[in-house]
Amino acid sequence: MSERLSRDDVAKVALLARLELTDAELDTYTDQLAAIIDHAADVAALDLADVPPTAHPLPIENVLRPDVIAPSLDRDEVLSQAPSVEDRRFRVPAILGEEP
Amino acid sequence: MSVNLTHEPIEGEHFHIASELTGDVWEIVVGLEVHCELATVTKLFCGCPNMFGDEPNTNVCPVCLGLPGSLPVLNHQVVELAMRLGRALHCSVEPSVFARKNYFYPDMPKDYQVSQFDRPINVDGWLDLPDGTRVGIERAHIEEDTGKNTHAGGSGRIHGADYSLVDYNRAGVPLVEIVGRPHIRHPEQAKTYIDELRAILLATGASDAKMEEGSLRVDANVSVRRVGDPELGRRCEIKNLNSLRSLGRAIEYEARRQVDLLESGEIIKQETRHWDEGAGRTRPGRSKEEAEDYRYFQEPDLVPLVPGAEWIAAIDAALPPMPAQRRTVLAEASGLAVTDTSVVITVQRDLDALALAAIAAGGDGRRVLTHVEHNLSGDGAADLDALLLAELVQLELAGKLTATQAKTVLADMVVSGRSPEVIAAELGFEAMDDSELEGIVDGIIAASPEEWEGYCSGDDKRRGKLQGFFVGAVMKATKGQADGKAVNAILDSRRNAAS
Amino acid sequence: MSNSEIPTTAIEISRAVRAGELSARTVIDAHLETIDSREGEINAFNIVLADEARAAADAVDRLVAEGGDPGVLAGVPLAVKDNLCTRGIPTTCSSRILEGWRPPYDATVVQRVAAAGAISVGKTNLDEFAMGSSTENSAFGPTRNPRDVSRVPGGSSGGSAAAVAAGFAPLSLGSDTGGSIRQPAALCGVVGVKPTYGLVSRFGLIAFASSLDQVGPFSTTVADSALLLEAIAGHDPLDSTSINDSETGAARSLLSVLDDGVAGLRVGLVTELMGEGIAGDVAARVRQAADALAAAGAEVGEVSIPALSYGLSAYYLIAPAEASSNLARYDGVRYGMRVDADTTAEMNTATRTAGFGAEVKRRIMLGTYALSAGYYDAYYGKALKVRTLICRDFDAAYQNFDVLLTPTSPTTAFRFGEKTADPLSMYLNDICTIPTNLAGHPAMSLPFGAGTDGMPVGVQLLAPALGEATMFRAAAVLEAAAPALTEALR
Repeated sequence: MSERLSRDDVAKVALLARLELTDAELDTYTDQLAAIIDHAADVAALDLADVPPTAHPLPIENVLRPDVIAPSLDRDEVLSQAPSVEDRRFRVPAILGEEP
Repeated sequence: MSVNLTHEPIEGEHFHIASELTGDVWEIVVGLEVHCELATVTKLFCGCPNMFGDEPNTNVCPVCLGLPGSLPVLNHQVVELAMRLGRALHCSVEPSVFARKNYFYPDMPKDYQVSQFDRPINVDGWLDLPDGTRVGIERAHIEEDTGKNTHAGGSGRIHGADYSLVDYNRAGVPLVEIVGRPHIRHPEQAKTYIDELRAILLATGASDAKMEEGSLRVDANVSVRRVGDPELGRRCEIKNLNSLRSLGRAIEYEARRQVDLLESGEIIKQETRHWDEGAGRTRPGRSKEEAEDYRYFQEPDLVPLVPGAEWIAAIDAALPPMPAQRRTVLAEASGLAVTDTSVVITVQRDLDALALAAIAAGGDGRRVLTHVEHNLSGDGAADLDALLLAELVQLELAGKLTATQAKTVLADMVVSGRSPEVIAAELGFEAMDDSELEGIVDGIIAASPEEWEGYCSGDDKRRGKLQGFFVGAVMKATKGQADGKAVNAILDSRRNAAS
Repeated sequence: MSNSEIPTTAIEISRAVRAGELSARTVIDAHLETIDSREGEINAFNIVLADEARAAADAVDRLVAEGGDPGVLAGVPLAVKDNLCTRGIPTTCSSRILEGWRPPYDATVVQRVAAAGAISVGKTNLDEFAMGSSTENSAFGPTRNPRDVSRVPGGSSGGSAAAVAAGFAPLSLGSDTGGSIRQPAALCGVVGVKPTYGLVSRFGLIAFASSLDQVGPFSTTVADSALLLEAIAGHDPLDSTSINDSETGAARSLLSVLDDGVAGLRVGLVTELMGEGIAGDVAARVRQAADALAAAGAEVGEVSIPALSYGLSAYYLIAPAEASSNLARYDGVRYGMRVDADTTAEMNTATRTAGFGAEVKRRIMLGTYALSAGYYDAYYGKALKVRTLICRDFDAAYQNFDVLLTPTSPTTAFRFGEKTADPLSMYLNDICTIPTNLAGHPAMSLPFGAGTDGMPVGVQLLAPALGEATMFRAAAVLEAAAPALTEALR
């Protein structure tokens, strides 16, 4: 069992999730998330080494579609929903950092 | 940091860097990761066209745009092509699942990439290089491509751009990532590996494998270690390798950089570096704004992929022979080594069927392959009648055509499709019998006593020069109809007799 | 025709409309009038589609006049939860981040109800991105419980439950990830069904937790839910997790079994969900329901499902984990809200910080934590294994029982603000409903009298995967035996 969820943990996940928290929010969320994680301690403490995980409730396999073209969307309709568009493309501010 | 150019590479089977500073000899260790776009009609998870070069944002739908509520459905042909490639790489096809790799990037519509993580479809294969090296394949898994960012304002590159424009036509195009083991030891070998892999991708129909269009993209994991050291060094991943030339140059540069650092007592920082073709060097990537933590978990919108034994067997049965196998067959038929350049080139040019047929029809293996290597690089070679090629080689062996004449005849055969005998007769190529040639050679020797003296008693260098003189004179006298090898043989025998 | 002459159930309305005895336009106008009179107080809708509904009703009427058949839901007003995509119509998930977004496509279920002749009267309010149990997390204000407007309607499909309870529409569509159909159905005193995972297409349902989400019906009667579920169930090639029709025949034939009764049916009362944490009046109603089933010939016994005690913890790791990934795409690039900034990363952060409410942020962070390096095995990985235990325990229970009976919610509808300060206390509301989502099984809630506060109590029926028919048989019996809201507890 790991240590109690800390303020730093919350700051880190907020960064990963692209959320900005004020100091007060950071305190509140730390308390709330720690309480929820503490509640999950019963699960974390279980010895389930021999139990396989269930990621999905369905026993379905091999769902495939034929390699056949289906209609694409109208570009004007697509771009009409975008916050910013230029030259038939979605416009975004400068990208810092490389693609992983 | 400047690169210390005192490290001279020792060429050979391995690319070693010998240090003048310490006397240590270093070797390069390279593992390549290749992303290639699969040649399907539609994208990985939706029915949008998988098409390069279309108008921006026209091949998009709710699924590949990652619109709220959309769901992916796996393209059957992606699985087919991925398995073909996997089997051609001697991989075992395993039950696989898709996972989400979570990170934010504007060219990725869902801000996660659907990929295969801990259970990839193809595992544990290998690829045999023409030089005989076997490079292990760790895995070849399916994943989706991203859209394309165009950087605007500033330099037009990512750094210093004011803003970027995103086109999602490529988002969701199916990729296979082929992860090679670090078994490559030479920049040239890395290029050969890519050539070989391209040939396999083309043979399986998996991809058009065009580096220039980005349908084949290479990242190189490069490390160095002292020769004999069993431990792998710390590696750097080199990105932005847009051509084979870049790949070779980048590996060599990076290896030298690492040797320099290590010899100065520094350590290698494991990082991603970008090749700058203009500057001829690698640069560290911008540091990430947040620590990498991809939070992989099984993609709940997709179900496991468990190809049955029948499907795999059908793929195996339909696979054409791969280059390595074709080289082996050709080597056996011709009596040459599997690594012989003419064997490699013949397969590379897809002329092994022709060569095998010519050999089967009685053509000498070495001569057939020599012709393919040197005289059949152009168009029309594939349509050449193998029986006529065999005939040509037989005429040559019988001494009825010299090598030079045979080359001329062959060029005509490729264009006209006529038989070598007809062409030779038309060109007036007649067999020159040995006694006639001997007479001509002897006449020239007699007419050039000084040169003959030098040929017989001079050192190798001088003899080589004078050999050219005599052969040239004979060719002139015979209007090129003499066989150069036969002339040399006569010169040799006369010199032996004289000494 | 005055409102009082309009039939109250979908079955009666569609029969009358198809027979040409009643015009769809009359039905729609009457319901729009009801909405007009009470929506200001209830706030069930994010958008009311009055003009579109009238036009669609006229089209149904024209079709009937031409001798055509508009389908099994002909002229039936239907409210659609605002996390189902509707082409050209704002779809918000009750979130600022999607404000103004008009999807370029319809969800499969939206297409299916339209094809069956149903008429959408509006998009209903929900807890933002379906995260909540009270609709207090909506960015557009809470929905109020039509039975007592000082109380919550439950959530997250609070708007859909309230719309049916208030008579705005006889049918509505909701989604259920951990109880989001059943709990508000219970709190508002209507019927709500979460079908077997994979029975109804999720295509066009804006994902909260993909391996748990399922679309289902609300109605005032068990038969109407059967009608709507039959109309929306069935394989969808656009949803990889959709079950093939060849396997779901029985689960899609519900109206025909409603009168089959429960003689010989084995009903298990789940002991873990009858004790601590369950209000006494609620437990009493569940016992009363068990007695009713026994009286109708069912064999009622008690059953223990030990792994249920871990359900809540497992759910609150799995659902947020999936949600943290599903909600990454709201980044200000392609649709919805954007708060501008100098770099794309800063723009993403500013947009998400301004666009998401507190509960959504909480769950995104919780899920991000559960999946992050170093914690995956202890939390998310463990939760997936607990899911296995829960499935196994259910399987064991269904060896001896055909359906299970539990409360839907530990209490009747609570008052606004009662649980908003403490997220955990809110999460505890889902304790009875979560396990079936983890197992992928069907479950439904139907009203069974009132609690001591006079508010409706919901009882929950559970069945094994694709056991909808059995579940509906038991529900029909309970519906017939249900005490009136005014009838005091014994």
